[in-house]
Amino acid sequence: MDTLNLTKSLNLSFIEQVSKESGQNPSLCYQCGNCTAGCPYTHFFDYPVSQIMRLLQTGQRDTILSSKAIWLCATCETCTTRCPCEIDVAMIMDTLRIIARRENKVSEKDVKLFYDSFLNSMKEHGRLFEVGTLLSYNLRSGNFFADADLGPKVLEKGKIHFLPRKIKGRDKVAKIFTRFQEKAKKHG
Amino acid sequence: MRVGVFICHCGSNIAGTVDVARAAAELRKVPGVAFATNYMYTCSEPGQDEIKQAIKRENLDRIVVAACSPRMHELTFRRTIEKAGLNRYFLEMANIREHISWVGLDKEANTIKAIETIKMAVAKVMQNKPLYSSSFKINKRVLVIGGGVAGMQAALDCGDGGLEVVLVEKSPSVGGMMARLDKTFPTIDCSICILGPKMVDVAQHDKIKLYAYSEIEDIKGYVGNYEVKIRKKATYVDWTKCTGCGLCMEKCPSKNSYDYFNFGVAPTKAINIPFPQAIPKKAKIDPDFCRQFTKGKCGVCAKICPTGAINYEMQDEIVTEEVGAIVVASGYGLIDMDKFPEYGGGRYPDVITGIQYERLLNASGPTEGHIVRPSDHTEPKTVVFVSCAGSRDKSLGIPYCSNFCCMYIAKQAILTKDHIPDSQSYVFYMDIRSPGKGYDEFTRRAQEDYGAKYVRGRVSRIYPKGKKLVVVGADTLLGTQVEVEADLVVLATAVTAAPGAAQLAEKLHISYDTFGFYVESHPKLRPVETNTSGVFLAGAAQGPKDIPASVGQGSAAAAKVLALFSKDMLESDPAVAKVNENTCVGCLKCKLTCPFGAIQEKELRGGKIVASVIETVCAGCGVCTSTCPCGAIQLSHFTDNQLLAEVNAICQK
Repeated sequence: MDTLNLTKSLNLSFIEQVSKESGQNPSLCYQCGNCTAGCPYTHFFDYPVSQIMRLLQTGQRDTILSSKAIWLCATCETCTTRCPCEIDVAMIMDTLRIIARRENKVSEKDVKLFYDSFLNSMKEHGRLFEVGTLLSYNLRSGNFFADADLGPKVLEKGKIHFLPRKIKGRDKVAKIFTRFQEKAKKHG
Repeated sequence: MRVGVFICHCGSNIAGTVDVARAAAELRKVPGVAFATNYMYTCSEPGQDEIKQAIKRENLDRIVVAACSPRMHELTFRRTIEKAGLNRYFLEMANIREHISWVGLDKEANTIKAIETIKMAVAKVMQNKPLYSSSFKINKRVLVIGGGVAGMQAALDCGDGGLEVVLVEKSPSVGGMMARLDKTFPTIDCSICILGPKMVDVAQHDKIKLYAYSEIEDIKGYVGNYEVKIRKKATYVDWTKCTGCGLCMEKCPSKNSYDYFNFGVAPTKAINIPFPQAIPKKAKIDPDFCRQFTKGKCGVCAKICPTGAINYEMQDEIVTEEVGAIVVASGYGLIDMDKFPEYGGGRYPDVITGIQYERLLNASGPTEGHIVRPSDHTEPKTVVFVSCAGSRDKSLGIPYCSNFCCMYIAKQAILTKDHIPDSQSYVFYMDIRSPGKGYDEFTRRAQEDYGAKYVRGRVSRIYPKGKKLVVVGADTLLGTQVEVEADLVVLATAVTAAPGAAQLAEKLHISYDTFGFYVESHPKLRPVETNTSGVFLAGAAQGPKDIPASVGQGSAAAAKVLALFSKDMLESDPAVAKVNENTCVGCLKCKLTCPFGAIQEKELRGGKIVASVIETVCAGCGVCTSTCPCGAIQLSHFTDNQLLAEVNAICQK
């Protein structure tokens, strides 16, 4: 591993940006490791969550934004629950994903695609249309038959339907999306 | 009247943000001020000489020192002007440091505020009256609250110094937490072997009067003369007859009583002597478990006792003791394991606390020193120690370090290997805190010579898997999640204030911090004093502390008491409330509001009832003066006229 030149790579404005956007203070972390100890997805991470926190404390912007860990985080919030320093770690992970997406530095394209498919379905139908989301995700990711084996089982139990269910106030849900996107545009 | 004003720079502490020269110039214009100057360090010897010389040269009769808080140097300057021939109450201090220069950076605003503050002090000092303290006798007996190692040390040192000591211990035996420990770090000497002789000394010392199983009910009085009410809790055993033979304990049929001494690691009998070396070695009945009390019939112990000591009708008894000083050594408590449900303490019998593990290691403990799992009494081969269980955990409201856990975990890891040579210990830690003499070497020994595996990271959760407990944690040095399949898990639970610490503090009129630990008068320079004169602190009641520090504080508190008692008379503070008997209407509202019980009813010759202040009891708080409907009761040195003069000074424009 190369020597990390802290004078050059310590990006203080990145730390400030993450603090501000997440409302959390990374300096509160004393590296006890309890977030990593509780994390159910740490086996898939390139950096365990306590190291993401450490990279954040040392302002390692590029390493964090290109890491896979921030995209593989399931937002289960075990880290937040266990943190003795009362840091909302899951909120920090969420903020890091937002920043990475804004800067087109998405390391796990499929995860981003899934989020997009999910939200599009919400916008269009006012609630989740599972089959639509799945088809949209599978087509766009190129994994055409992902989870296809589960289809008959859940279908049998009446958990999914071929047509979207209509709910009242669909247009209102769509408005939430429009309003948010406009706001986001205004604030860059 | 000729007032002299001395404005201190305090290096750059004050002069950095207050224009002291301008303030002095402004003060010279104030009517009554005959002299005003500014000086680098007024509290220094040349600074004080300057005041003395100015008093003579300028013929000054009132002095204002504008400097730091009167809590720092009021006494210094009172002595200074007294040496120059003025009454010490002709001094006023204007606090332009803590209240002004340290607060804001705006030099202009600070200077204006400083000038106004000093003007107020000038107005006050011109109203000041000379006051003289009277002296009163002191009762050279000392009360020590708590019979742990700190309290015993204080009691023994005071007793050896010739003072009569009243030692009050809440539990049935002295010894405290140290009596429960197996070995002590970093020398691995047997705890009860070094504590036992001290306990015996306490019992046999002709100057020490021990009240075991007793609590402080009420404290009245003031330094030199306290009246203490002690509640001797009912033991249901006449201790004058009990010989400590233990027959009752043997025959008692109620076998499932909670064992307070062993922290419930195993049950005990409803009538018990807490441990073999107990002082006093007397039995007591726990009425929550005794069948005579819960079911109304049994009486086995009464039948078996060879001396007829059992008395089921016994009631609590209140005794009164008079003392002149108090040492508070009431010790600490431990956080409950149910505060961290993810560790399963309480649900899984093989998750225990550090102090419970001490009792398992201890030859006089319930397992006679054999380490066994509480669940199935088998010998554990893999033992996991979890440090900081609750400590340094803001989410539990305990941001502080518990001070001695790192050390006792290292000791327990060493002892585990000693007891079970084919065992393996794991220690989950965040930082190893071992700053004492020989301490760090000791934690290294646990790793180098005894093979304890230290894992840097917290434990997230513990769950059962067959007969094992799976401990899931992190190794932050490896950057991975780790798992250990343990037979026994020991949690180093956080140190808290002793249960009831706040209530005791209120009886003593001493302050305590957010966590319930008692606050010392100064964190560095007055570590065993409190802000209530005559009350001293020792041991973990002031904050988590190990044995050497507790013993050191016990001796320090004793030295303070001996120094206080080296005089036969104490001087009273004359800044107390005074009643004008001509204007007092005898409504005695003041008597109702006085928090110190310092006001009495007094009948004058004509039969008129008035209030009367017991000068030595009055603490000068001033509550009575604001209660009095006719302004008849006035606090000397803070009379209405003096305070209004200050108000007038600041309201003038």
